[in-house]
Amino acid sequence: MERGHYKIFLGMAAGVGKTYRMLQEGHAEAGAGRDVAIGYLEPHKRQETSDQARGLETIPRRSVDYRDVAVEEMDLLAVLARRPDLALIDELAHTNPPGLEHEKRYEDIADVLAAGIDVFSTINVQHLESLNDRVAELTGVTVRETVPDSALGIADEVVLIDLTPEALIARLRAGKIYPGENIQAALDNFFRIENLAALREVSLRQVAEDVESKRLTLHRVEPVGTREERVVTDAPKAVGERLLALVRPRPSSQRLVRRAWRSAQRLGTDLDLLWVKPPGRPIEGEEERQVTALRQLASVLGATLLIEEHDDLVAGAARVIAERGSTYVMVGESSPPRGLARLRTPLPQALMRATPPGVDVRIVAHRAQKEDGS
Amino acid sequence: MIEHFLVGLALLLGLLGGYLIASSRWRGKRSERPEEVHQILLPFTGTEISRRALDAALRLARAEGATLMPAYLAAVPKQLPLECAIPAEAERAMPMLEAIEQRANTQGVPVDARIERGRSYRHALQRLLEREEFDRVVVSATATGQAGLSGDDLVWLLEKAPAEVLILRPAASDERRVTA
Repeated sequence: MERGHYKIFLGMAAGVGKTYRMLQEGHAEAGAGRDVAIGYLEPHKRQETSDQARGLETIPRRSVDYRDVAVEEMDLLAVLARRPDLALIDELAHTNPPGLEHEKRYEDIADVLAAGIDVFSTINVQHLESLNDRVAELTGVTVRETVPDSALGIADEVVLIDLTPEALIARLRAGKIYPGENIQAALDNFFRIENLAALREVSLRQVAEDVESKRLTLHRVEPVGTREERVVTDAPKAVGERLLALVRPRPSSQRLVRRAWRSAQRLGTDLDLLWVKPPGRPIEGEEERQVTALRQLASVLGATLLIEEHDDLVAGAARVIAERGSTYVMVGESSPPRGLARLRTPLPQALMRATPPGVDVRIVAHRAQKEDGS
Repeated sequence: MIEHFLVGLALLLGLLGGYLIASSRWRGKRSERPEEVHQILLPFTGTEISRRALDAALRLARAEGATLMPAYLAAVPKQLPLECAIPAEAERAMPMLEAIEQRANTQGVPVDARIERGRSYRHALQRLLEREEFDRVVVSATATGQAGLSGDDLVWLLEKAPAEVLILRPAASDERRVTA
């Protein structure tokens, strides 16, 4: 049996309109003659959402006793028995109470899809496991109900329901998300403009990555020899950037690290910091203090500090660049060479020669020198 | 024969002289390094810092030939590991550190910046004080309050910091800030 088509509506926070849009599209499908049923809907007492659900069949829920309270959950068996063309199942990150078929709703959805039924579902970005820590750091709120990223990865389509933070706060103030008594608390805590802006960015990035990974999967072809086909096959490699900054344990390296980190953020890639250390010399005194500082900075930024022992800076760096698959190397500006050092090839050129083709080398100027020159 | 000997001797003397000059320069460079690391800590939170506090720290650093260590204090939520990456905080810290470094550079003051994590701002400061040695700590009293170090934190700093502590309280009308 062919697996059902799976579409997820992703949002940055409650109230952006994921469920509303899911119901709208459900109506459109029903209007096109398909058999559509609501497997589970959580209207959160929002009038607009309840109104939008009108006219669509709702499969009755199942009542389960949990800690002496009767809770209503999606009836998986009833959905499978009803067998609509399309089931609308809200909140895929929900945790089921004990006694149901599965612990999590996304597992219920997997059964529905396996039965050949198409599914529309909804999720907020903070429920994705890999983003949970990032969201907690951004907002100070830890979300307990998480789902593995694969729950999103298996979707055939991910639709981002985007709203500006200002518009979302306006909706909240108008009482369209929470009842009146909860509005101020929400504004003081989760629904702060900086939280929402950060969550919006995370959501946009998530969908961009999803689109990217699906594009690469679609374009993957076996290399059979013609140039055009090879270009397509090589495309994924060209997209995956990896950045490496060549540092020394000195305060002046920090500017280089900051620049490199900003570039890595923009490219959405990992950052390696590399110090090529002369072999045999112990790290002690001021150098040890600076190495510790670099290690701390790398840890704060989520970068990796690598220390490579080699008596030749260029050869040592080239070895690590090849090993790490770096595509972008950043170096600090060197002091003007004196004496015999004038005869040496400058570091950027030497790196260009020693590294594999396609590695870009960028020089970060000293701030003071730049200002003097201006 | 004698000519060859003289040429050889001249070459030898030249090489020896070159070596002596180079080694004395190298020793000279080494002796320029201070025996002790003189550092002035300038802790701050958020995305602005009192310009008066920064200028005071820079004046001191310049007068004493010290290095300025601006330190962005980041409070890591309890549910996250203390040593986890904090890109959102780093995003706020970076432009501030750039702005401070730029101002310090114009005054010829060396900078060695830090981003320090802790469960609270005080905890971050405590960790920094344990790890590094300072001669002075310069704090702006206007940076205190809900968003930064509290009055209690400053009292704690005065009691615990193994360095001279300068708490600056600019005049109420002085609202000059350094922002990114």
